[in-house]
This record gives sequence, structure tokens and C-alpha cells, in this order.
Amino acid sequence: MSEPILQVRDLDVRFRIHDGNIHAVKHVSFDIDEGECLGVVGESGSGKSQLFLATIGLLAQNGTASGSVRYRGDEILGLPEWRLNRLCGSRIAMVFQDPLTSLTPHMTLGTQIMEGLRSHHHLPRDVAEQRALEILEIVRIPEAKRRMRQYPHELSGGMRQRAMIAMATVCGPDLLIADEPTTALDVTVQAQILEIMRELKTELKTSVVMISHDMGVIAGIADRVLVMREGDVVESGPVDDIFYRPRHPYTKELLDAMPRLENNEGVQTCAAPAADAPNILEVSDLAVHFPVHIGPTATKALRAVDSVSFTLRQGETLGVVGESGSGKSTLARAILQLLPKTGGTVVWMGNHLDAHKRDDLRRLRRDLQIVFQDPLASLDPRRTIGQSIAEPLQSLMPMLTRDEVSARVRAIMTKVGLDPAWINRYPHEFSGGQNQRVGVARAMIIEPKLVICDEAVSALDVSIQAQIVKLIADLQSQTGMSLIFISHDLAIVRQLAHRVMVLFLGRVVEFADSEMIYSNPRHPYTKTLLAAVPVPDPAIERAKLHLKLTEDVPSPLDSRAQLMFLKSRLIDDPDAEQYRPRLVEVAPGHLVAEHDDVTSAA
Amino acid sequence: MLSYAIRRFLGALPTLFIIVTFAFFMMRLAPGGPFDSNRHLPPEIEHNIEAAYNLDKPVYEQYLIYLGKLARFDLGPSYKTKDFTVAELIGEGLPVSARLGLSAMVIAIAFGVALGTAAALNQNHSGDYGIMVFAMVGITIPTFVTAPILTLIFGVYGLQLFGFDLSLPVGGWNGGALRNMILPVIVLALPQLAIIARLVRGSTIEVLRSNYVLTAKAKGLPAYLVILRHVMPASLLPLVSYLGPAVASLLTGSLVVEQIFGIPGIGRYFIQAALNRDYTLMLGVVIVYAAFVIALNLVADLLYAVLDPRVSYKR
Repeated sequence: MSEPILQVRDLDVRFRIHDGNIHAVKHVSFDIDEGECLGVVGESGSGKSQLFLATIGLLAQNGTASGSVRYRGDEILGLPEWRLNRLCGSRIAMVFQDPLTSLTPHMTLGTQIMEGLRSHHHLPRDVAEQRALEILEIVRIPEAKRRMRQYPHELSGGMRQRAMIAMATVCGPDLLIADEPTTALDVTVQAQILEIMRELKTELKTSVVMISHDMGVIAGIADRVLVMREGDVVESGPVDDIFYRPRHPYTKELLDAMPRLENNEGVQTCAAPAADAPNILEVSDLAVHFPVHIGPTATKALRAVDSVSFTLRQGETLGVVGESGSGKSTLARAILQLLPKTGGTVVWMGNHLDAHKRDDLRRLRRDLQIVFQDPLASLDPRRTIGQSIAEPLQSLMPMLTRDEVSARVRAIMTKVGLDPAWINRYPHEFSGGQNQRVGVARAMIIEPKLVICDEAVSALDVSIQAQIVKLIADLQSQTGMSLIFISHDLAIVRQLAHRVMVLFLGRVVEFADSEMIYSNPRHPYTKTLLAAVPVPDPAIERAKLHLKLTEDVPSPLDSRAQLMFLKSRLIDDPDAEQYRPRLVEVAPGHLVAEHDDVTSAA
Repeated sequence: MLSYAIRRFLGALPTLFIIVTFAFFMMRLAPGGPFDSNRHLPPEIEHNIEAAYNLDKPVYEQYLIYLGKLARFDLGPSYKTKDFTVAELIGEGLPVSARLGLSAMVIAIAFGVALGTAAALNQNHSGDYGIMVFAMVGITIPTFVTAPILTLIFGVYGLQLFGFDLSLPVGGWNGGALRNMILPVIVLALPQLAIIARLVRGSTIEVLRSNYVLTAKAKGLPAYLVILRHVMPASLLPLVSYLGPAVASLLTGSLVVEQIFGIPGIGRYFIQAALNRDYTLMLGVVIVYAAFVIALNLVADLLYAVLDPRVSYKR
């Protein structure tokens, strides 16, 4: 066997901070062979990112690394910057997590992609441009010429990440380090990005390091796996050993935390509501349109939510699934009257909700609460968590005394698994998972009848996700409240939802009992979403027929977009009034939007 | 973007109108008038003078007359500096002040940006501390202290260093000779330079922490390219919005510096005209200043769009 591309021995990373040292990486050793993919798994804070930043000399100023890093036999740790610069970007390239903040906002994609080529290979502009166009082709960015002149903010998340990969691979590196490259993306886009990475590995023989907290992502691409925890490698080995014969309890814990689509045992954590449970929420033909300016004076309605109807019974959980831009969050906000609706009705416990009646709304807030996606950003950083949790009590139940409020806050903190002694701490002192517990506590403290969780666990590590999901399920069985659980991840929704609604560009494409939608999905879009969910099982992932999707989700402004699955009724004119797919009941309680297969069979 | 600029320009006209109106009536609210100090005049003559300048008419009528003249770009005669119109006075003073102010601003921007960026790159090291102490001194010591000290060193004592004569004139304009400009420009530039350095340091530190700078470094770009291409366009954004009003106030003259160095700019008109109740001159200076502030803020906003493509003025 030839010499490994990268040989790391005894790598140790420490950070000096104002009150001491952080030992981020503890004496880690590993090799990466030519054309191999090394998966690195661990939760946030396990040191997996710092390990590789240290490897290529990009530690923050207060960090120091010791040990040995050899690239093709040459020691590269501690090299001066100008020597490292020859290696970085040209031989070893990196792709970072968040494609929006990782691309320079004021430079066009073309300039950013060509920059590396021009600086490393001193290519003239036209040659560099040719090469950049080729690489954009490889990462399947359509209309590459036009994209080269665009700025990052003009592209979708998936496009940006593809551009990021193009930028990293344009010089033909033999080692690509991808740090959580798909974490910020929708499942379908994630599947596309992973497919591109797989191709780079097999066709260009690039060695890949895939850093992720998601065992499913690792299963599909890695040859060998390092499992990291608190700066230590707790287990390492070939991918099959790690997944089928894990030895370390922490590896097993990570595997168990993965939400799964394929097995049924014990996933449903909450009993279905009784058949005679009353309807508490009835939404019919709800529509929210936003005017979008398309010219100096002309506007066009963006149909963020387009005639959505459903009912929710007491104690029931409705899962709402869809990609970014499908109108999930807009739907939640419209139900809560945080956004004005364009049409339709929302009936809550027999009363029509109207955004203009302020007294009604105040009473409504007592019954309806929401948990947001980003736990840190949705808490006021200047208030202690105790104050944040108590706030709904103070404004909605002002008759309570201070002691009563304090007692209730402590009680709910215990319930959501927070130590009541932390009542005077601030959000920045907590981890993401703990802050989301605060978010849940704040929503639950006034014992609402309905809680809407808007991507409440999407920003969290998989193992933390599992804890929060369990917490929400426990609270639901204790209080009997109803839930609307919004997520782009079908696997998580499965754990909680009794019924699932799949949204595509603001319209319902499939709506059925949880059981039915997972075992017998009918709409092609639902099938795509299901297929895109990474499964923490290498054999299944390898056997998967990988979809070669290049298209982004079409623009919701284009009236043709809705008919993506019903091409037979399409009028090929962007401004024409299009046919709107109707929902067809294919089985009792199983609604599917018309699409080409169903209508031709019927 | 052009239509945006035109709309902003049209929007500025009512703003100017309000400023003129406000300034006009505020001036009249102050007790006294332009000819009150000429006590030795008999009342009839005083009355004749006031009649000549329409000062005997009711205030609203005077206001309408002034507006009418203004619409024909006539700023009227100065009440105090006889035989000069306000336009002539401003036309003489403004180029002097503008030249001084612009030179000071160019120096302040060049050195301020360089020092601020250098400080950010050496954050919390001796270089950073040194620059920040210098900046703090520059901000806190007023120009009426730095001006005499520098005059003393270079002008009065005529500093000699290694056989070179570094002496400079203590004052005067001398038709804008370089030797006469050095000291006032330095005195004017120092506080601006210090403010800019602090501003740029702060924003640069923030940009240096961003992910895209890490990406640029991971590409193996040489450090100077990372800073010039990836950091500076973003870190200079806050500076652009500061520069609008700052340039306006420097261009329209600095009272203190112009007084100390005896420079015939328009800065001194601000105070003199107000104290003497020289209504027309005061209003003329206010209009010039307001026009500069409005125009430079527009320039700053347009520059913003150039530096940051996410800012769009399409609508």
C-alpha cells in the first residue's frame, strides 16, 4: 500500500482563553489514504472541526497545536504561512458548513472561484475562466456562465454549497476536507451535495474528509470512521465495523439517537388521541400571499401558503413537512395571527380568528404558543432564562404574585430537565439543547392547548434532537395538548406526528396518517423527500439509487412551478392562469394532490 | 440606481426648503437686528436703511421676498460686509475651506484606514494598543490645543532636524501655498484620522472573524490579497456612512482652525454672521452646509451599493 496522503500523529490543540485553557483536541492520530473517505463524527464541541483547522494551520490566534501532521511524508504542522499557502487551496482544500457566510458577499462567484487558480497556478484570466466553467459543470450548476457573474446572495443554499465545492476543487486538490457541508441544507439538497462529493471521490480520486454530526451522512460516503467526543477519538475503524459492530458505548448512543424511517419499533412516542376527541382547530383554504415587486410599478403575488385546509383534534400532533420555501413557517405564523392572511378561515375552538381583534388575540396567546428554530436567537440575551420563561405568565396571567410566578418557573424548569438553580443564568451560558429546553419551557408555562414547533430541533445535534423530541412527547402525554410539528426532516416528524402534511410551494401535496405516508407514499414529491433522508446504515445507503437532481426548487413566483408533478396540464407560459392540482382521496384519510401517475391511472 | 439618485435629489428639495424656513424664523426670533450696533445713526436714516433691505416689512413678507430671490439663486446682499453679496463672500471663502478640508480628509482617510486595519490585524498586541492610544489622544485633544503647539514647534521655534529646515509659516493663506497648508491640514486631519482609525479597527475585527475570511485563507491566498479583496470592502462600509456628514463639515470650513491660522475660509462666517444678525449671510451659509450634507449622504448611500452588492436601489 502506498504512503498515506495525510498522516496525523499525536495532534493536540489547546486554546488560551481569559480564564484558563481549553483542551480541544487530545493527542489524536490517524491516516488518510489516497482516494479514501474518512468520516469524522461527533457532537458540536467534540473538537472535530478544530482538529482539521489545526491540520492545515488555520487555528484562531489563541490556539496552539502540537504533534505531527505529514502531507505525503512532509511535515506541515508549524510551517510558516507562505509555505502553507502553497498547499492550502491547491493540494488540500476545505468546504465549510454555512455556504452563505462562507462566501465573500461582495465578490462574484466567478472571481471567487478563479481566485485560487490565478494565485496558485498563475493562469491567465481566460484559461482560469474556462477551468472554472468546467468545474461548475462537474458540480452541476446550470447556466454556469451566468452564475459566474452572480453574487452569493443571489443563489439558493444548495447552489451556494455547490459553488463552495467548486471553489475548493478547482485547483484539483488531492484532499478535500468538508466540515458539516450539508448541515444547513434541506434533505433533498443534502442528497445532491453528497452525491457530488461521492463523484469527486470516485471519479477524481480525491481523498475526502467528511465531518458531520449525522451518522446517516457518514454512512453513505465514508470508508473509515473516527468517532470523537470531547477532543478524544473514542472509536475508529472501517465504516461497517462502526455501524454494525460498534464497541464504544458512545458510538452506540449516537447510532441510537438517529431518527429512523425504516423500522417501526417504539418510534411513536405518544398515543393517538381518542376517536371522539374534539376538533380544536379548523383551518380552511388558508392563503397568505406576499406582493413581490417585479418591476418599477408591477407586483406579483407570491403564494407562500395557497389554500391549505386541515383540522386538528385535541391531543393530536400534526407533522408539517417540506423544504425551505414550502411555506411551512408562513403557515404557522398565519395560524397564530402573527401574519395577516390573504384568504380562508382559521377557527379556534369554535371562534373565528381575525387579526384585527386585539382582545381576542390576547386570549388566543394563552392557548397558542410557538417554539422557534434557533434557540439562542429567539431568547433575549439581556434577560436571564428565568425572566424569559416567566414573561408569558406575567403578561397573560398578571394576577399571579411574584412567588407564584417563581414557583411555576422552577416547576416547569424541572419538567423540561433544567436545574431550577440556573434560573438566574443567561442564554449564552447554555448549549443549544439547553436553550431549546428554555424555549420549550417558555411555550409550555401557561399550559397552552396548542404548541407549534417551527423547526424546533433542526439546529441541534442529532443526539440532542432525540432528547428534545422525547421531552416534547412526554409533555404532550402529560398535558394532552395538541402539537403542530414543522420540520424538513421526515424522520423526525415520524417520531411525533399522528398525521403528516407534505407541503410543496405552499400547497398540500399529500396528507395522511403518519403510518400511511411512510409505508405507502403516493405523491412523487413525498417519495423524493423520503428517499433523500440519509439512513445510518452503510449497506442501505450504498444500495440507494442516487438521484441525480440538478434542479433547484422552482421559483414560487412562476405559476408553472406548481405543476411540476402534473406536466400534462401545464400551459407553458409563465404568466398564464394555471390549473391548480386538486387533492384526491386515494384511501380513507389519505389525500394526494393530482399528479401525472394518479390522474392517468384514474 | 440613476432613478434612485434622481428621486433622492428631488426629495432633497423639500428638505432644503424646511431647513431654510426654520433657519429664517429662528434668526428672527433672536433679539436685535443687523444694524442695531450703529447707534450713532439718527432714527430716520436707520429707518431708511431698514427700508432699503425690506427690514421694515412684516416678517412673513420678508420671508416671501427671500424665498422669491432664492428661487432665482440670489442669496441677497450681506448686511454687514458692505458692497459684497452673500454669493460673492461664499464664492471666495468656500474654495479655500474646501481645499483645506478635502486635503485633511484625504490624509485622514489614508492614514486612518491604514492604522485601523493594522491595529485590527494585531488585535490585543502592542501595535494595536499603541495605535489605539494615539487615536484616543487624537480624539480627546481639541484642535485649539494641537494648533498652537504645532505652531510653536514648527512656526515660532522653526524646528531644525539633521540640518533640514522644517520651519513652517505660523499662519496666513498665501494663495494656498503648500507650506501654508501643511499645519492647518494636519491639525484638521488629526481628530478625523483618529476617529476613522477606531471605526475601521472595530469593523475590521468583526470582518476578520467571519467565515468567508476563513474560506479565503483556506484557499491559500497570500495575506495581502485576503485583506484587500475579502476584508476591506466589507470593513470600510461603516466608514462610508460616517464620511458623508464628516466630509460636509470639513469642506464647509472649521471655525477654530481658520481663526488660528488666519485662513480666509467660510468657517468664520458661521459664527460672525450669527452674532452680527447678518441674516442673509447666515442663511446662505446654512444653505451651503445643508446642501453639502444632503449631497454627500446621497454619495455615501450610492457608494454603499457599489461596495455591497446586496444593497440594491432598484426600486
